[in-house]
Amino acid sequence: MTTVRVPVVENILNANDFVANENRKIFSDHKIFCINIMAAPGAGKTALIVKTIALLKKEMRIGVIEGDTASVTIDSDKVTLAGAPAVQVTTMGECHMDAMMVRKGMEQLPLDSLDLVIIENIGNLICPAEWDLGSHANALIASVAEGDDKPYKYPNIYRNLNVLLVTKTDLIPYVEYDIDRFRTGVELLNPGLITFPTSAKTGEGFEPWLTWLKSKVADAKA
Amino acid sequence: MHELSVTENILAIAIAHAEQNGADQVSAIYLVIGEFSNLLPKCIQYYWNILVQGTICEKSVLHFDHRPAIFHCENCNHEYEIHQEMTGCPNCHSSNVSLVSGNEFWVDSIEIIKNQE
Ligand SMILES: Nc1nc2c(ncn2[C@@H]2O[C@H](COP(=O)(O)OP(=O)(O)OP(=O)(O)O)[C@@H](O)[C@H]2O)c(=O)[nH]1
Ligand SMILES: [Mg+2]
Ligand SMILES: [Zn+2]
Repeated sequence: MTTVRVPVVENILNANDFVANENRKIFSDHKIFCINIMAAPGAGKTALIVKTIALLKKEMRIGVIEGDTASVTIDSDKVTLAGAPAVQVTTMGECHMDAMMVRKGMEQLPLDSLDLVIIENIGNLICPAEWDLGSHANALIASVAEGDDKPYKYPNIYRNLNVLLVTKTDLIPYVEYDIDRFRTGVELLNPGLITFPTSAKTGEGFEPWLTWLKSKVADAKA
Repeated sequence: MHELSVTENILAIAIAHAEQNGADQVSAIYLVIGEFSNLLPKCIQYYWNILVQGTICEKSVLHFDHRPAIFHCENCNHEYEIHQEMTGCPNCHSSNVSLVSGNEFWVDSIEIIKNQE
C-alpha cells in the first residue's frame, strides 16, 4: 500500500466559469450587451430596470432574465408590463444565480432580436459576487436606505463591479447617510468605480446612467 | 452561503483526480481558502461528511489552509492585513490600495492510497 500526494490546483468554481465564458461568447456573437444587476433585497433592482426599459425601449430592444428564489412572477410581470420580454429562472431556494441558470434563461429569449440583456440577480450581497454569469458588466444597486456602511460589511461584492448605482436618492433627507463614508469604502475596494446616484421614483440622475448604458450597447455592436 | 454547491464541486474535483491517478482511496484533501472567500469551513465539513458516503473519498480528511486578507498600498508599497473593518494604508493613510491575497479558493492537492503498485 502506498500513499501519494497528488497536486491538483484547481479552482473550485471552475465549472461555473466555463459556462459563464460560453454565455459571454453567445451574447457577444449576437452583438448583445449583457449586464448583471445585483443588490440587497428591496434595494430597487426591479424599479430601476422597469424605469430603464421605459426610457430606452424606443431606442433599443431589451430582454430581461429575472432570477428569483421562489416561483412568484411579481418581478417578471412588472418587466413584461414595461414592454420587454422577460423570462424567469427560479433558483429553488439557492441564494444566487449561476451561469447555468442564466443559460436556461437565454434559451427562452429571442437573442437574435435583442440589443441589451439585463439580469436581475437574487437579492443578496454575499453570494452573487462569487458567481460569474457571463455578463459583460456587473452592476450593484446600493440604496441609501441600506446605510453608508455596506462597503465595509460586504466588501466582496464591491470588488467585482464595473458600475455602481446609488439609488433611492430621494430618501436621503429621511435617512442617516454619509455619502463620504460610503464613497471612501468603495474607493478602497474598487478605485475609480463609475458611480451613478439615481432615484427610480423621481427619475433624478437617470440621464448619465442611460448614456453609459447606451455607449456600452453601441460598443457591443461595433 | 453556497457551501453545498461548493462542496459538491470539491468532491467532483477530488474524485476526478483520484481516478486519473489510479487511487483506491482518498485519504486527504488540501484546500486553500481566503478570508474574503465568504465560505465557512465548518459548513463545508458538514456537507462533506454527508456527500462522501459511498465514494472513494469516504475516509478522507479535509485540510483548510487559511489565507488572510492582505492589502498592498500603491502609494508607499506597504502591505498590511485586514481583520475587521477595511482601512486605508496604516503607514501613509492612502486609500489607493489593492487586495493581494484573501480571495483564494481552490483545491491544492489530494492524498491518495493505492493498494498495490
Ligand atoms: N423612494 C424610493 N423608493 C424606491 C425607489 N426604487 C425602488 N423603490 C421602492 O423600494 C421597494 C423595493 O423595490 P424593488 O424594485 O421591488 O426592489 P428589488 O431590489 O427588485 O427587490 P427584490 O427583487 O425583492 O429583491 C418598492 O416599494 C419600490 O417602490 C426609489 O428610487 N425611491
Ligand atoms: Mg426585484
Ligand atoms: Zn501607504
